[in-house]
Amino acid sequence: MHLRDLARDRHFRHGAGDMLAFGPGLAAWGLVTGVAMTQSGLGVGLSILMSLTVYAGSAQLASLPLLASGAPMWVVWASAFCVNLRFVIFSSQWRIHLGHLPRRHRLALGYLLADLNLIVFQKAWPDRDLHQTGQARYAAGGAAAVWTVWQVSSLVGILLSSLVPLSWGLGFAGTLSMLGIAYALLTDRIAWLAAIVSATAAVAAFALPLKLNILVAIAAAMAASLVMAKRAPPRERSS
Amino acid sequence: MTMVAAEMLPGWAYDAITILGMAAVTALSRGFFLWSKRDLRLPLALQRALQVAPLAAIVAVLAPEIVMTHGALIGTWRDARLPAALAATAFYAWRPGVLGPLLAGLAVYMPLHIGLGW
Repeated sequence: MHLRDLARDRHFRHGAGDMLAFGPGLAAWGLVTGVAMTQSGLGVGLSILMSLTVYAGSAQLASLPLLASGAPMWVVWASAFCVNLRFVIFSSQWRIHLGHLPRRHRLALGYLLADLNLIVFQKAWPDRDLHQTGQARYAAGGAAAVWTVWQVSSLVGILLSSLVPLSWGLGFAGTLSMLGIAYALLTDRIAWLAAIVSATAAVAAFALPLKLNILVAIAAAMAASLVMAKRAPPRERSS
Repeated sequence: MTMVAAEMLPGWAYDAITILGMAAVTALSRGFFLWSKRDLRLPLALQRALQVAPLAAIVAVLAPEIVMTHGALIGTWRDARLPAALAATAFYAWRPGVLGPLLAGLAVYMPLHIGLGW
């Protein structure tokens, strides 16, 4: 399928449209990431390179203090991978929906799929064990929307960073937008349990290096949800 | 050998290579289970656990951002984040969404943070 046909595809447009509802929060977060990159001491050129190629907000932000302190490459890469380990988990979920594509397309599309893409995708296609027609095009539409909003806002943040001081606290806009996203995902008791366990574990294990507290929290939440699912098999999801 | 090579590079080139390596890390992690042609079936139990992973990841990033400062729980009520999160939560309870709670939270956060320095 040609890119031009893809842009006219119903599922592609649906995927892009669903994602644009999150545009303002995403743009605020991209703006702040752009500002943070430039103000950490990376020049404008390297900040643009990082935004366009790394394309992973949390890993970018986590790497900035390391780059500023002259940490070795492998330390930066290892910490970025730790922050990104959640994507390894997510990629096994994407496999169910994208496994039919040729490898080249799978990997290209996979590279573009961030946290928000999976969350919005799973709200649109609630049956997570099932491949359905149109899913890859829906995911591609979401990827195109997130990429565009993120890159434009990030570039604006980079270029305006001398005018937007971090002291305004715009970074908190990203946190607040994630709050709304998290609340939207609290669809049943298992989700509530997972959220409570995850929040508690992330705070309790905060002292771990390399942001490993995030992974500990995810693992704890998954284990807790497994135990709960075994005790009381979940009813059919309503959403 | 690599040390010498690294020292010979200008700083911007060293940083550029580091950044391109991070891009490779992004591609590797997001494509991890998309690489193989073989259908790696995960056990049903594990798949069920994976269903909560996105929420767990978001909350894991989120919680310390709201309740911690310098690696410890917030010890003062003069912190704009808690009232802002409460305002966003209250707004969500009234009108679910992302933008509304975000703006409600910022409306509380910005005056306290910029005005009072919380």
